[in-house]
Amino acid sequence: MKTRSAIEITGLSHAVQRTEILAPTTLTLPGGKITALIGPNGAGKSTLSRLIARIEPPPEGTVLVNGLDVAQTPGARLARELAFMGQHTGLASRLRVRELVAFGRWPHCAGRPGPADSAAIARALHDFELEPLAGRFLDTLSGGQAQRAHLAMAAAQQTPWLILDEPLNNLDLAHARALMAHLARLREAGGSVLIVLHDLNFAAGWADHVVAMKAGAVVAEGPPAEVLTAPGLSALYETEIAVTEHCGRPLVLHHLGGVAERRQEA
Amino acid sequence: MRTSFWGALGALLATVIALWLFQGLTGNTGFVLSLRAKKLAALMLVAASVGMATVLFQSVAQNRILTPSIMGFDALYLLVQSLALATLGITGFVTLPAGPKFLIETAVMAALAVALFGTLLGRGGGRDIGRTILSGVILGILFRAGATLVARLLDPNANAVVQSVSFANFSRPSAEALGWAALVALPAMAAALWLGPRLDVMALGRDRAVSLGLRYRAMVLAALFLVALLTVAATALVGPVAFLGLIVAGLAHGLAPGARHRTLLTLAALLAALMLVGGQWAFERLFGLKATLSVVIEFAGGLLFLTLLMRGKIR
Repeated sequence: MKTRSAIEITGLSHAVQRTEILAPTTLTLPGGKITALIGPNGAGKSTLSRLIARIEPPPEGTVLVNGLDVAQTPGARLARELAFMGQHTGLASRLRVRELVAFGRWPHCAGRPGPADSAAIARALHDFELEPLAGRFLDTLSGGQAQRAHLAMAAAQQTPWLILDEPLNNLDLAHARALMAHLARLREAGGSVLIVLHDLNFAAGWADHVVAMKAGAVVAEGPPAEVLTAPGLSALYETEIAVTEHCGRPLVLHHLGGVAERRQEA
Repeated sequence: MRTSFWGALGALLATVIALWLFQGLTGNTGFVLSLRAKKLAALMLVAASVGMATVLFQSVAQNRILTPSIMGFDALYLLVQSLALATLGITGFVTLPAGPKFLIETAVMAALAVALFGTLLGRGGGRDIGRTILSGVILGILFRAGATLVARLLDPNANAVVQSVSFANFSRPSAEALGWAALVALPAMAAALWLGPRLDVMALGRDRAVSLGLRYRAMVLAALFLVALLTVAATALVGPVAFLGLIVAGLAHGLAPGARHRTLLTLAALLAALMLVGGQWAFERLFGLKATLSVVIEFAGGLLFLTLLMRGKIR
């Protein structure tokens, strides 16, 4: 089913020097949902998210975001439809947290912020508990604090789609959970999220839709209960993974292999 | 940034300019003032060009240690000078009209910049800054080797002339060359300031800039073209002044409260003007031309830069 707010991917592929990074992929990411992109290292998750967010050059195939062709739509227009946060949060510029977050309003105000922009910046600082750090330079922050500042910048962009590539890196458990709760609030407000995750239980607990990738191809997609199964995950990661249920959602027990090995040693 | 800071900087620059123009004014005051004003204009133009070019280049390269000279501009300048001397001979070289000489130097160096950037950035979508810079380094070595080869072929007298133009000489520019340089540099400076907010976004890096909707590749090319214009104007006017840019860009980043390019560019231009006019005034009037300004600036500026670096003010 095609909806206006979905991301529709048709025949999308990517290669680097004849090495196929992403096999031709046709996929619809539902609007108004949190979609988790999972899979082992080198599966093509980051490549797919970067292609959707047009960070990589125009690829083979088409990507429609809210009906807009990513390859044909001016960047300034697209930046009001989707925000992207990559894995690298290093910056050459010496910026304060508030300045970085304010850049999120660039697509809306082109450097001339109005009251609505100031309100969005204040809200993002509040949502990511950055108010006490707003005046600090980014290079004086911890990795997790800097990560939150970059997330706040993406949130301040206030786009219908938010694409996050491993945003839980560097975050402690409480802040990781707070981020997922924030994404859930965005979803309740009508927003859509694509999030690359390595911690499967965050996908199990918060995602509405899961896309599993391996070796540059989508191998499974659907609701968490359908994708996050013991046989499916064991095959995906090529290691023994157990799955149980908690409050009606899958609970992935990926540490059990280690427990079994210790028992055998004992 | 506090108004008092800008006020103090402006007052300091005004004092240095007043000292430059009016200190020790005797004899035919109209003639002397006109001469000093022309030289002041040249110093200010070179200072602002070098300072702004370095800030722009560092933003493109995402690196605070690189300068436009890494792209091989000073080496190319030396090669052009050596080839001109070899072709024209000492008499022909020394008597070459300033205007055409400046135009040829600007055209050659700008053509190289456009060819280099156009080729290297044509396919990479503006991401291959590292390759551009490395190519600049290699080209710089090539040009320097070429200049050395030509210098070895010249007779000792001609070689001495090449050596004399190998260092910045702020007494060199003629009024005509100054006019041409201003024609190139002033619009480039205005464009850089106009592009300030976009440069702020560009400096966030490719991924973030693209995500925010900036036409990143076009912005990188525009910034590098402005760097080329500013650098060729300054280099062709007075010779290589590579280290000045590094110092003032470092100082500007250290003193500025943030990373807004309009602030950084203005600050770098003012600091460079202060350093160059103040230094030349001290060099000419206090030390009686017993030192070379470029050497003094590089030495003093280098110490200051190291101090800031060690105190963590430059990152």
